[in-house]
Amino acid sequence: MLENIDLSLVNWSRGQFALTAIYHWFFVPLTLGLSFIVAFMETIYVKTGDPVWKKITHFWMTLFGINFAIGVATGIILEFEFGTNWSQYSWFVGDIFGAPLAVEGIMAFFMESTFIAVMFFGWNKVSKRFHLLSTWLVALGANLSALWILVANGWMQSPLGMQFNPETARNEMANFWEVLFSPTAVNKFLHTISSGFVLGSIFVIGIAAWFLLKKRDILFAKRSILVGAVFGLLASIYLVFTGDSSTREIVHSQPMKFASLEGLYHGQEGAGLVAIGVMSTTGSDPENENIKDFALRIEFPNLLSYMAYGNWNAFVPGVVDLVNGNPEQGIMSAREKMRRGRIVIEDLRALKEAKKRSDITTYETLKARFYDDEYKDQYFSYFGYGYLDDEMRLIPNVPLTFYSFHVMVLLGFYFVLFFVLTLIFLYRNTIEHRRWFLKVALFTIPLPYIASQAGWLVAEVGRQPWVIQDLMPTMAAVSNIDASAVQVTFWLFAAVFTALAIAEVKIMTRQIKLGPKEEGGH
Amino acid sequence: MQKNLFIRIFNFYRYGFRNMSSWGKQVWIVILVKLFIMFAILKLFFFPDLLKKNFNTDAQRSDYVLEQLTK
Repeated sequence: MLENIDLSLVNWSRGQFALTAIYHWFFVPLTLGLSFIVAFMETIYVKTGDPVWKKITHFWMTLFGINFAIGVATGIILEFEFGTNWSQYSWFVGDIFGAPLAVEGIMAFFMESTFIAVMFFGWNKVSKRFHLLSTWLVALGANLSALWILVANGWMQSPLGMQFNPETARNEMANFWEVLFSPTAVNKFLHTISSGFVLGSIFVIGIAAWFLLKKRDILFAKRSILVGAVFGLLASIYLVFTGDSSTREIVHSQPMKFASLEGLYHGQEGAGLVAIGVMSTTGSDPENENIKDFALRIEFPNLLSYMAYGNWNAFVPGVVDLVNGNPEQGIMSAREKMRRGRIVIEDLRALKEAKKRSDITTYETLKARFYDDEYKDQYFSYFGYGYLDDEMRLIPNVPLTFYSFHVMVLLGFYFVLFFVLTLIFLYRNTIEHRRWFLKVALFTIPLPYIASQAGWLVAEVGRQPWVIQDLMPTMAAVSNIDASAVQVTFWLFAAVFTALAIAEVKIMTRQIKLGPKEEGGH
Repeated sequence: MQKNLFIRIFNFYRYGFRNMSSWGKQVWIVILVKLFIMFAILKLFFFPDLLKKNFNTDAQRSDYVLEQLTK
C-alpha cells in the first residue's frame, strides 16, 4: 500500500506542521494563563478600589494584549496546511474536525471583536463592573477556544463518536457528546489549560522578580508575585494530577505511546517507573536495531504497574509486545492488525468497483458492513494498519518521546517547588533580599515554554505513525504535491514566525522596561 | 434608539483607535502585516484548498479520496 508515497514529502509536510504548531504554541499558553491572572488582579482592584491594583492590572493587561495581538490568527496557518498538505486527512475527518473548529472560529471572532475591545478601549467608557465582566469573558473565551481545538486533537488521538461513510470516504459525527467528552479530549483540555496557567504565573513572577532586582516598583512587583504564586501553585498541583490522569488514559487508548514515553521495550509484570534514564545509542537487540533500551536508569520498582493499572504486579505491555503480540496477555500482533486493515481496504476497493459497474447488490452488501458493529470492532478499528508494509513502522521515535516526557515531568515538579518557595519568601517578607532566588525566577521564564513544547512532542511524536490513531497513518494523510513546494513554504513560515517572535519580544521588552504607570479612567 | 446604540458602538471603537497607545499602534501594524502575508500571499499563492480547487462537487472529491485510499 502507498508504495509510491514520497517519504521526503511526508517528512517535510510533518516538519512544516510541527514548525507552525510549535510557533503557534509559543503565543497561546501565555494568553491562556495571563488572561486569568489579569482577571484576578482587576477583581481585586474592583473589590478594594486600591489604585495600585489598577496600575498592576494595566501593566499585565498590556503584556497580555501584546502577546494576544501578535499570536492571534497564527493558528489559521495550520488550517491552510490541512487543505493543501493534508487534503486526504481533511476529507477523511469530515465534520468531526469542521464542527469544533467552526465553533472555535465563531467564538473567537465575537470574543476578540467585542470583549477584548472593551478590555482595552473601555477603561473610562464603561462601568467598572462591565469592564471587569469583559476581562473575565476574555479569559473564559480564550480558554474555551482552546477547548474546541483540543477536542479536535483529542479525537485524532482516540477517535470515537463517529461513523465512517464508505460512500463519501468521510467520518460523520454520530454522537457529538461522545466526541466532546471523550476522556482523551477532557484530559487534554484540562492538562493543557493548566499548563498555560502555570506558564502565565511563572511569566508574571519572573518579570516581577526583574523589577525587584532593579529595585523598581517594589509594591507592584510583590503584589504581582503574590497573585502569580498563589494561582501558579494551585495550577501546578492541578497540572500534576491532570498529567497523571492523562497518562493513565493513554495506557488504554495509545499503549504504544505509553510504552515509548516510559521507554518500556519489553513488557513486564510489576514494571518499574523510570525516574531518570539514559537510552542506549546503539542497538541492544540483535534482531532489531530499532530496539535500543537503556544504557543507564534509576527506577522505582513496580510503580509503573501501579500507576497504569492500580495494581503493583499488573502486566504493562512494552513496544515489543505491541509489535509481536502477546497471546498470554491478550495482545494482538501488529501483523494480525495489518491483515484486518487490508481486508477493510479491499472491501472499500470492492465497493468502489461495484459502484463503477452499477452492481447495486454487491455495493449495498459491502456498504452495510461498515455499519455493522462487529465489523467496526473487529476490522474497521484496524483500518489504518492496512497501509503499513512493515510492523516496525508502528514504533515511534522512542528516545525523543521518552526524553520529552521526562523533561516535562521533571519541570512540572520543579514548578510546584518554585511556587512553594516563592510563597514562603513572600510570607517571610524576604523575597526582595534573596537576589539568587529573584535571578532563578527570572531564568525560570523559559522553562514552562520548554515543558509545554515537550508535552506536545510527547503527544504528537509519541503517536506516530498515526495521524488518526489506528485509522489513518501519516503517510496516507498527506496530499500528493511537490515536496519542493512544501520546502519553500517551510522556510517562508520559519521567516514569518521568527519575525513575529522577535516583534513580540521587542515590543514586550520595551513595555516591561517602561514599567507600570498611572492611567486615566476608573 | 437602535441607531443610537450603533453610533455609540462606532464612537467607542473610533475613540479607542484614535487614542491608542504607542504599543497598541505597533501591534496593529504587526497584525495588519501578518494578516496581509497570511491571506494575500500565503493563502492565495501557496495554500490552495486542493480538493476544492481540483474538483467541483463533493461526489468528485469523495471519488478522488477513495481512489487514493484504495490504490
